[in-house]
Amino acid sequence: MNALVEARSLTMRFGGLVAVSEFSAAIAPGAIVGLIGPNGAGKTTCFNMITGFYRPTQGQVLLDGRDITGLPPHAVCEAGIARTFQNIRLFGNGTALENVLVGMYVRQKSFWWQSALFWPPALREEARQRTRAMELLDAVGLTSVAGEKASSLPYGAQRRLEIARALATAPRFLLLDEPAAGMNPQESQELMEFIRHIRDAFSLTILLIEHDMKVVMGVCEHIYVLDYGVTIAQGPPAAIQSNPKVIEAYLGEEALAYA
Amino acid sequence: MKRYHVFALNFMLVGVLAALLVCAQRFLDGYSIQILNLVAINILLALSLNLIYGFTGMFSLGHAGFMAIGAYVCAILILSPDQKAMLFLLEPAYPWIESAHAPFVVAVFAGGLAAAAMAAVVGFPLLRLGDDYLGIATLGFAEIVRVVANNVPRITNGALGFKGIPAYANLWWNYGWCLLALVLIVRILRSNTGRCFKAIRDDEVAARAMGVNVFRLKLLSFSLGAFFAGVGGGLLASLLTTIDPKMFLFVLTFNVLMIVVMGGLGSVTGSVIAGAAVTIILEWLRFVEDPITLGSVTLPGIPGMRMVVFSLLLIAVILFRREGLMGTREISWEGIAAWLRQRRKA
Repeated sequence: MNALVEARSLTMRFGGLVAVSEFSAAIAPGAIVGLIGPNGAGKTTCFNMITGFYRPTQGQVLLDGRDITGLPPHAVCEAGIARTFQNIRLFGNGTALENVLVGMYVRQKSFWWQSALFWPPALREEARQRTRAMELLDAVGLTSVAGEKASSLPYGAQRRLEIARALATAPRFLLLDEPAAGMNPQESQELMEFIRHIRDAFSLTILLIEHDMKVVMGVCEHIYVLDYGVTIAQGPPAAIQSNPKVIEAYLGEEALAYA
Repeated sequence: MKRYHVFALNFMLVGVLAALLVCAQRFLDGYSIQILNLVAINILLALSLNLIYGFTGMFSLGHAGFMAIGAYVCAILILSPDQKAMLFLLEPAYPWIESAHAPFVVAVFAGGLAAAAMAAVVGFPLLRLGDDYLGIATLGFAEIVRVVANNVPRITNGALGFKGIPAYANLWWNYGWCLLALVLIVRILRSNTGRCFKAIRDDEVAARAMGVNVFRLKLLSFSLGAFFAGVGGGLLASLLTTIDPKMFLFVLTFNVLMIVVMGGLGSVTGSVIAGAAVTIILEWLRFVEDPITLGSVTLPGIPGMRMVVFSLLLIAVILFRREGLMGTREISWEGIAAWLRQRRKA
């Protein structure tokens, strides 16, 4: 099977520091893939290279065979890659609905002046966008707070709103940066269901960074492990759990002696 | 509330405004009418700066520059060739400057277009700068415009400027342009493009990740704001009938900025209310510049005193109501209707 997203020896150097070195991955369409590692291992740097926020020092990113390395973030999004952020970044002054509508802008066909001048096709498109945005809010269970200011929503709702906003850009590949952060076990259980649900409902391929091992092992089909920027292991969850290198990276050498 | 209700109410509001203007023209003296004219132009200018700063989050201090461009283009186009032949005392004007002539509406529009084109040109390098740096750079731009105006006598008549510009800018033109700007800006802000402007203001990184071409939209907002600043400059030139480079000092930008901050960054209705209030208060405050007798003490009149009083007012606003009169809130028909319903229930 052809990979939907392929990273070819991505390397990111900041001055003398090598944040990520030779990260390679091939992600099959429809897969849910995890990216784990201790703090500062370079996970978010990988995200930033894939989504165009950083231009990799070396290496390539391919989406469906097309080289998207070095494209600016908005062009990467247009190509079909959406993301969420580790520390939630919503448009705080806008309502939940408005946040999702901003996500739809990248697929908008009409120009700015058309809607301002009451051009009927543009008005119809805005009405369609509104309906679609409400559907997306419904899909993440936020219909009742559509008119609420985004910054006033509770934490869990903000996380889901960020996902709804990412879905609004009609992505093929979705990157989630620590979606379970700050969630209790019950909530992370629901999150796993939710991730599988959106994968199927929106025919997505998902790459997620996560520290909650229950979530990672529960939902991911394939896992990459980074430590100090180097890929130290990859494979299905069961293999990763028993991989001595991974245990060492997470718990230190002593833990391995006890194991 | 149905859409045609809102439309009907807006239509009525415009009707009421027109009736008031008719009354004003018939019953008010020239001085009061002049103030009403300034109200319209200040609202227009405040709206244009609010679009750039309040809604898109670009701290621009270049408004006087865009106004100057609009004012000069408009003045050159509405002055007749004969007038221009007499005006250019230092050096004769270029033939194409002298022969250029257009009706008022075209001249104002051209002034706006020239300002917008200039905004697109300077915005290209400048809008990559963030916050404070953009403020400094645009401030520099406005100064450059003024210095250039001083030093190309064959186009701008140098430091002498223009006198006797035809006074076409009556209440109807000023309020007409103001209304046009209001409607267009509100329409854009309510469209998805406007939502993206606000998204850029709230979180530029997230906007980029969501596929918003931040640079292009910033350039659009900047140019649109500059267009209306140019329109305002053109109207002002015709209203005051004289312009010279000294008129477009930083103080002019500061006045507009003051209105925007007082009304609320990111509030259209705030700009409208503050635009009217500030203009009228500034005129009304002229009495503090007259000699005042308090019992046996006589204070001599101090020119510029009203700006001191006004600055104190501004400080009070910043201290006690930092977000301005309206913050980012708006007064809308829907809002009024909801408020009335609530009152009826209570």
